Amino acid sequence: MSDWIWLVPVLPLLGALTNGVLLRGRVSNRGATAVALGSTALSLGVALVAIASYLGSEAYKAGEVFEKVVYAWIPAGTLQLSDGSFQNLSIEMGFRLDPLSCVMLFVVTFVGFLIHVYSVGYMAHDDGYQRYFAYLNLFMGAMLLLVLGNNFLVLFVGWEGVGLCSYLLIGFYFKETFPPYAGRKAFIVNRIGDFAFLVGLFALAERFGSLGFTEIFSAIEHDPSLVTGEYLLGMSFASFVALCLFIGATGKSAQIPLFVWLPDAMAGPTPVSALIHAATMVTAGVYMVVRSNALYQLAGGVSELVAIVGCATAIFAATIGLAQTDIKKVLAYSTVSQLGYMFLAAGVGAYSSAIFHLGTHAFFKALLFLGSGSVIHALGGEQDMRKMGGLRKHLPSTYKTFVIGAVAIAGIPPLAGFFSKDQILAGAWGSSRLLWFVGLVTAGLTACYMARLVYMTFYGEFRGTEEQRHHLHESPSSMTVPLWILAAGAVVTGLLGIPAFLGGGDWIGHFLAPVIAQVGTDHAHHAEVWLEWVLMGFAVVAAVLGILMARRTWGGDRGLEGGAAWAGRFPAVHRLLVGKYWVDEFYDRWVIKTLAALANGLRRFVDGYLIDGVFVHGTAFLTEMTGDLLRFTTTGNVRNYALYFLLGLLLMFWWML
Amino acid sequence: MLEITTTHYLALSFVLFTIGLIGIVSRRNMITVLMSIELVLNAVNLNFIAFSYQLGDLTGQIFSIFVITVAAGEAAVGLGILVAVFRLRGSTEIDRAQEMSG
Amino acid sequence: MDFLVANGEGLLFYFFALMMVVSALLVVTLRNPMYGAISLLVSFLAAAVLFLLRHAEFVAGVQIFVYGGGIMVLFLFVIMLINLQGLAESQRFLPHLPWALILGVLVVVMAGMLLSGVDFGAAGDTAVMTSIDGETVGNSEAIGWLLYTDFLLPFEVASVFLLVAMVGAVVLGRRD
Repeated sequence: MSDWIWLVPVLPLLGALTNGVLLRGRVSNRGATAVALGSTALSLGVALVAIASYLGSEAYKAGEVFEKVVYAWIPAGTLQLSDGSFQNLSIEMGFRLDPLSCVMLFVVTFVGFLIHVYSVGYMAHDDGYQRYFAYLNLFMGAMLLLVLGNNFLVLFVGWEGVGLCSYLLIGFYFKETFPPYAGRKAFIVNRIGDFAFLVGLFALAERFGSLGFTEIFSAIEHDPSLVTGEYLLGMSFASFVALCLFIGATGKSAQIPLFVWLPDAMAGPTPVSALIHAATMVTAGVYMVVRSNALYQLAGGVSELVAIVGCATAIFAATIGLAQTDIKKVLAYSTVSQLGYMFLAAGVGAYSSAIFHLGTHAFFKALLFLGSGSVIHALGGEQDMRKMGGLRKHLPSTYKTFVIGAVAIAGIPPLAGFFSKDQILAGAWGSSRLLWFVGLVTAGLTACYMARLVYMTFYGEFRGTEEQRHHLHESPSSMTVPLWILAAGAVVTGLLGIPAFLGGGDWIGHFLAPVIAQVGTDHAHHAEVWLEWVLMGFAVVAAVLGILMARRTWGGDRGLEGGAAWAGRFPAVHRLLVGKYWVDEFYDRWVIKTLAALANGLRRFVDGYLIDGVFVHGTAFLTEMTGDLLRFTTTGNVRNYALYFLLGLLLMFWWML
Repeated sequence: MLEITTTHYLALSFVLFTIGLIGIVSRRNMITVLMSIELVLNAVNLNFIAFSYQLGDLTGQIFSIFVITVAAGEAAVGLGILVAVFRLRGSTEIDRAQEMSG
Repeated sequence: MDFLVANGEGLLFYFFALMMVVSALLVVTLRNPMYGAISLLVSFLAAAVLFLLRHAEFVAGVQIFVYGGGIMVLFLFVIMLINLQGLAESQRFLPHLPWALILGVLVVVMAGMLLSGVDFGAAGDTAVMTSIDGETVGNSEAIGWLLYTDFLLPFEVASVFLLVAMVGAVVLGRRD
């Protein structure tokens, strides 16, 4: 039954083809909806069946993976490996079902489907309705390729595909000036990471003669020395490739230094922000790192780097989120921050925790984004929180689900975010006290800015215009039903990872165990039970403190005064945070302007002077000059020509000599 | 040196040929040019005869006869043209006849 | 006397070769075409002697008759037909004489270099020149035989050619 797995990415792609090309402009919104929702729903159905079939199969019980090769995609012929041997490099279009891809598959298809349903209501009045769904389906197809691929190249195709869809969807409102710019920014920043990613892929292909997961990772497990010898720049092979892949991940998953595109990506429609920039696309980097855990376990230094970058990004983004006034920007920085947590987990070796947090985050972040979309929709497009307030009376469903999501992300038990975040912090404690501490502070900040958001939006007096108040209404059920479903998920998914000492079986940890390669010598230590309770206590206290702080400043009916008071007390800090630490400006000055100057210089010199001038004009000039000179030989005087004969004769003799 | 070989004939033929060629190329008077053409043909004849002797084959001599024949015909026609043009222009410097040049 | 007999061939060759070259130079450089024509005649006669040295008796005869007695006479007639005043030319040589001279000298030098490295070996079988099918006859008969057997076609073509040339010359020479 899992043989039909290839339908899972193909169905949305067909939907995209239909809506985007075949039936473009020819069907009404209802028809487009039917195609888009239908393909996604079918894909979800097939995915669920495939997962169930795999989990029930003998192969799974034996700890094996299910692979389905559709066709030999690139039979590239013989490649000489770095050790001198020859190998047939053949890259296939194949799909792989193992615990990790099952988790990702479920998250992507389920949350993706819910967001499709939500979009029906949200985008109902937009002219580009059909185009939107075509792009969304295309995204689903690409993302599914990414998570289901059985080799790095299929993953990369999906990787690039989601990058493309991100560009298309961010710049969806292309008639305005900012969205296309934001789309370009996203694509270009991603590209930088992709370059590093590709270098890593080339190194892998050269070393292993293959890009398939099974081939590479089992080879590493059998013989770790394959990748631990010195390779380049003093790094081992594993370190080099891990670093390259991680740089790619910083681009796709918006970590320092390539995170700058994510906040600007909020220019796209809100469901897009929910799906792509919260639940699925940005998590591709985490997925990729966890998939390659064999390499990361053997690359200690790089893993440390991953944890540090993740942790730094987490707190960095959290502080910025505290000062933003656009509701979507807060959520965007929150996403960056939570992704940082996932990388922190991956960096310290707690791979299953990273995936666990990925899953819970998908639910509550999507919920939060869709909820904010509901708010924005109700206010006719207003995104500035300073113009909101008191909305809990007008948007009850939205309010309730939003609070559930906010509590989940803040890490209050027994909701999902608590368990996943706690696992990460416990893993961090096992590696470095400093990392744990910073993670803890970030958890507090997370709770704080989320509570701030809730208070500013839903409590107090309404600060918008009269006209907006007039149009205030709860969203249609096509939008609220997915909210409730996601809210349920935000509550329930935490149960998957209840740690052992609390009675649960850490189900997710065991489920994902087959994916973790057994290579490193350092496996996550399990602390004593009392220590775990203490750590958990700290986490809860931090979250509660954060919420209380927010309540004191923005809660109840205080409106904006509390925030203004804080800003007044630390004006410089406030400006720094509002200005996002001036990172964009820094890049603009040092990177973009330099490159632009370089490009201009090259254009003027190489293209203008060299190619146009020397090669094109120069050739024409030379030809003209030669012609002018040679013109004098055609005198019409026959005896002149006889002279040329003589000359020719001379040359012939000379040659003969 | 006094032993005459084919090489001597060839050298002589060459010199005559070159003299004739220079004459064709650089004399203004057309009649002199025609005479230089005859010189060239004569030099060629020398060549043929020399090789005919060297190779023991009469073909070279036969060819010489034909060269003479053709030279005669060509001289006749050439002079005829020269006379016709002279009547037209009043001068034998036919370099002035350049209507066909570009 | 012995010297003369022994080296007669060489002496004859050099003498007549020199005569040929000098008269050729005269043809090319003399201003008056009449004198040039006479020099050309001298050159032809010397050539005939050189032909004789190489057992080409018939060709030598033809040379004297046709070239000397036919073509040169034709030249002289034409020169005299065209008024002598009309032959006064502005200049003797065209502007590119220097080039021609340089190239000519170079060609001769190169040819000399080429030739000096070549050794033709012994002369061929000269008996052939005077025999038909092994039977000794005489150069004229031998050539005649070849002309009417192996080279019949060129012979006939040559006669047609002469006819055409004759017609052409007559047409060109008409006064109207």
